[in-house]
Amino acid sequence: MAKVLVVTSGKGGVGKTTTSAALGAALAKTGQKVVLVDFDVGLRNLDLVMGAERRVVFDLINVIQGDANLAQALIKDKRIDTLSLLPASQTRDKDALTPEGVAKVIDELRKKFDWVICDSPAGIERGAQMAMHHADMAVIVTNPEVSSVRDSDRIIGMLDSTTEKAKSGKKIDKHLLLTRYDPQRAARGDMLATDDVLEILSIPLLGIIPESPDVLKASNVGAPVTIAEPESPPARAYAEAARRLLGEKVEVTIPTERKGLFDWLFKRRVS
Amino acid sequence: MSGTHPPLPRIRMSGRSFLALTLTPEAPLEDWLVALDHQITRSVGFFAGKPIILDLSMMQADTPNLAFLLPALKERGIRVIGIENGDRSWPAVAEWEWPESPVGGRSSGPITAPEEKPEGPPEPTTLLVEDPVRSGQHIVWPDGDIIILGAVASGAEVSAGGSIHVYGALRGRAIAGIGGHSNARIYTRNLAAELVAIDGFYATAEEMDPACTEKPAQVLLSGEALIFRPLP
Repeated sequence: MAKVLVVTSGKGGVGKTTTSAALGAALAKTGQKVVLVDFDVGLRNLDLVMGAERRVVFDLINVIQGDANLAQALIKDKRIDTLSLLPASQTRDKDALTPEGVAKVIDELRKKFDWVICDSPAGIERGAQMAMHHADMAVIVTNPEVSSVRDSDRIIGMLDSTTEKAKSGKKIDKHLLLTRYDPQRAARGDMLATDDVLEILSIPLLGIIPESPDVLKASNVGAPVTIAEPESPPARAYAEAARRLLGEKVEVTIPTERKGLFDWLFKRRVS
Repeated sequence: MSGTHPPLPRIRMSGRSFLALTLTPEAPLEDWLVALDHQITRSVGFFAGKPIILDLSMMQADTPNLAFLLPALKERGIRVIGIENGDRSWPAVAEWEWPESPVGGRSSGPITAPEEKPEGPPEPTTLLVEDPVRSGQHIVWPDGDIIILGAVASGAEVSAGGSIHVYGALRGRAIAGIGGHSNARIYTRNLAAELVAIDGFYATAEEMDPACTEKPAQVLLSGEALIFRPLP
């Protein structure tokens, strides 16, 4: 039974697209058939992060409007053969997303894949609502700061009230993914503590992704961090989050750089 | 001595008519009494204090349980002021106290007892919210109190006609006593509200008593001032 997972946050710039790509690639690496669907019509980015921008012919809107069929629009990843991408249109806007059209595409994708990962645009308007509408599960991407937490809370409220599952009286499985987490700043008290975020949002924690230049580097070369730098701390955190999504019990830790003892001693002397 | 008697007072008389109800029991009497009980529960107080005439025209001398009919009616508080169409010589009714029947009277046709709902306890008017109230949500309950088991997030709003009880942290807005109930209060396990208001008097986070914030507290209205008090 395919699972439709929406990656959403409310606020922009917290790492939804990075997370969609990294989680999707991590799931696909385990052998699951995964499709990433970019719902950010008009501001598409997922194709860039996936390094597929030069292979886009048809997009989600073409499929919705019947200009192309799904097989024509899906882009197969060259590195992991169980991973595909359904890009968004850059030239249209989010009004082109119709509830019936989105429902049809999602239904077709459910038949072909194990995981349908919907990368939501920022905001709470049509694009975000369409992305979450058919979801069975949601990953709420949150940075440890107050505005991101409040926006996530708003999105959780919408997941519980406006989605198809909510309307039929069921609950969406919601998971919190803390991203751009900086252990040093957290130790200084410059960021909200994980416990405080969890207490405010009161949903289970899927993982903590440390802030890392590896993420930016990976995006710039067009590869999810879980493919480009699989041993980096964020990639390991994403891989663990993917295992938790698959139902494994993995304790949540914050992966750090693997440093030698001398590195550590040296750093201590300097500071 | 020819004393002069004071004139005797005039006897004042005026007419008054009551509508007496005529009950006509039918055999079998057990079923009829069950039906009567149903009628009594549906129309509470309908028979209370009303004069009743018992019409035995459908009874026979040998109708089973006839002897228990009059006591059964008395037990139900039905006041029989007259008995018609029976025969005092029936052995079953020999023990009965036959009231003196008023004479005459006109039949005014069949009467249907009005249906009344028995007055149960009033409906509870408290709204229970089991999920956390999320940012952007607005809960309005003008009919009474709201009990929220989780937290009220920053950017959420809860309005109640009565009091507001928040068992989690109150980080959003709580507006109690809408519609002019100055006795309403706001209670929370953690007062971190953006705004609290009772009956139109409000306080923003800056105006709240710092001694009470971030801990269990209640808010009440005294005159025109909001009072913040810690909860034990």
